[in-house]
Amino acid sequence: MTKNSQLIERLAPWIAVVALVVIWEVAVRVFDVPSFIFPSALETAQALVTYAGPIAMHSWQTFWTTLIGFGIGVAVGLVLGFIVGSSRFLYNACYPLLVGFNAIPKVAFVPILVVWFGIGSVPAILTAFLICFFPIVVNVATGLATLEPEMEDVLRVLGARRMDVLLKVGLPRSLPYFFASLKVAITLAFVGTVVSETVASNQGIGYLMMSAGSQMRMGLVFAGLLVISAMAMVMYELFAVLEKRMTGWAHRGQNR
Amino acid sequence: MSAAFVTFDDVSLAYDESGNAIEDINLSIHEGEFVAFVGPSGCGKSTFMKLCTGLHAPTTGAIQVDGEPVAGPLKISGMAFQNANLLPWRTTLDNVLLPLEIVKPYRHQFRKRREEFVGWARKLLKTVGLEGYEDQYPWQLSGGMQQRASICRALIHQPRLLMLDEPFGALDAFTREELWCVLRDLWEAQRFTVVLVTHDLREAAFLADTVYIMSRRPGRVIERRQIELPRPRALETTYQKPFIDLVQELRAQIGEVRST
Repeated sequence: MTKNSQLIERLAPWIAVVALVVIWEVAVRVFDVPSFIFPSALETAQALVTYAGPIAMHSWQTFWTTLIGFGIGVAVGLVLGFIVGSSRFLYNACYPLLVGFNAIPKVAFVPILVVWFGIGSVPAILTAFLICFFPIVVNVATGLATLEPEMEDVLRVLGARRMDVLLKVGLPRSLPYFFASLKVAITLAFVGTVVSETVASNQGIGYLMMSAGSQMRMGLVFAGLLVISAMAMVMYELFAVLEKRMTGWAHRGQNR
Repeated sequence: MSAAFVTFDDVSLAYDESGNAIEDINLSIHEGEFVAFVGPSGCGKSTFMKLCTGLHAPTTGAIQVDGEPVAGPLKISGMAFQNANLLPWRTTLDNVLLPLEIVKPYRHQFRKRREEFVGWARKLLKTVGLEGYEDQYPWQLSGGMQQRASICRALIHQPRLLMLDEPFGALDAFTREELWCVLRDLWEAQRFTVVLVTHDLREAAFLADTVYIMSRRPGRVIERRQIELPRPRALETTYQKPFIDLVQELRAQIGEVRST
């Protein structure tokens, strides 16, 4: 009995995917939507197979630019978060600035980046970076800034320097926040890359969808969409697993 | 009786303009003495601890520890609070070892002498009844066990001054009495100086040599009471007449403080 319900729980996401595809296919057929407006699931699958080669090439481009942008985002986010979170003064000083920066739509940066770096991979990488580092900064800084004062007293009385407290207590404490932010950041990084590719690149899934769209090949456009979301989902899951492994202590009691 | 180990001379502290948190504290604690501070909540007992360990400087007056004026955090002290504050990503053993990674001179010897330090920690954990739990994480322990570990952490670097801020306040009555005995035994064995801040009069009377009663804010010491009960004290003492009378007297004094 319990074994069965466990199995169903595991299969639930796949059942949802299948259901969505079926609804999609049926809806398109029933309402007889022309394929240049909204292709059916079957047509999208056909496009995936027919153009497997170009799609693979462009997804690879999107994938590695995203990862580089994300990597820079993680490095910068960690360092900036550490600096901002390590002192009350900097926290108060920088927070409004960061929020203000985050409120700018990152698409608006793409033309600037194109002027500076030309079209191609560089603007895509930088857009991915710009869009994804903010949640990392905020999470790391918050984790550091919300240290229990008593814990600090225990260590300070031993002659601990601020850096000791941050490294021994602050940083490990903010790790769950950090890993949680990675999951958000990686999906945002994909958004950044694809946005930049649609505007300023002749490679990548974003470019592929743009040019397929201009030729009314909607099957291919949707195939592109599917590939992006699949890549983002896989990366998200990867970081979810990593989070569980690295900070199991923060999820205690949930999987027991 | 040995010379004064901790002395307070006319010490007052005001955190801000709203007035003194504690006022005109004059007292001296000799080495190896077990001192308890009781008083209504908000009377500045925790402030007293911060002053004593050098985490906060007094507004007026002077504090000396071990013959030296206090100017900055006092590394010969260990602290434990009501909340055990163990780090959830470290095992109990590693939590207890934490001070040795920070306090001088141990921090520079930590890698080389790790085996030895682990030995100290295991021994200490054994004396408080945590043998076999060294590799458990704090969140796998009960509240009482966490508090035992917290006291071990406060003692691992062999401090001469142990500061306890309501360490048993969040525990159930039975666990609390058990831990009184643990603390009593540790103190009997090592004879460090203890400053215990508490709300519990029985706790203060059972453990301490001297009980200071503090007034409401601004906190002043209004009574110094020597506890003459013979040592070592058994837990049963606390249910006998002389002890009960003593606690009742203290209770009456606190009652006076509260009503004024």
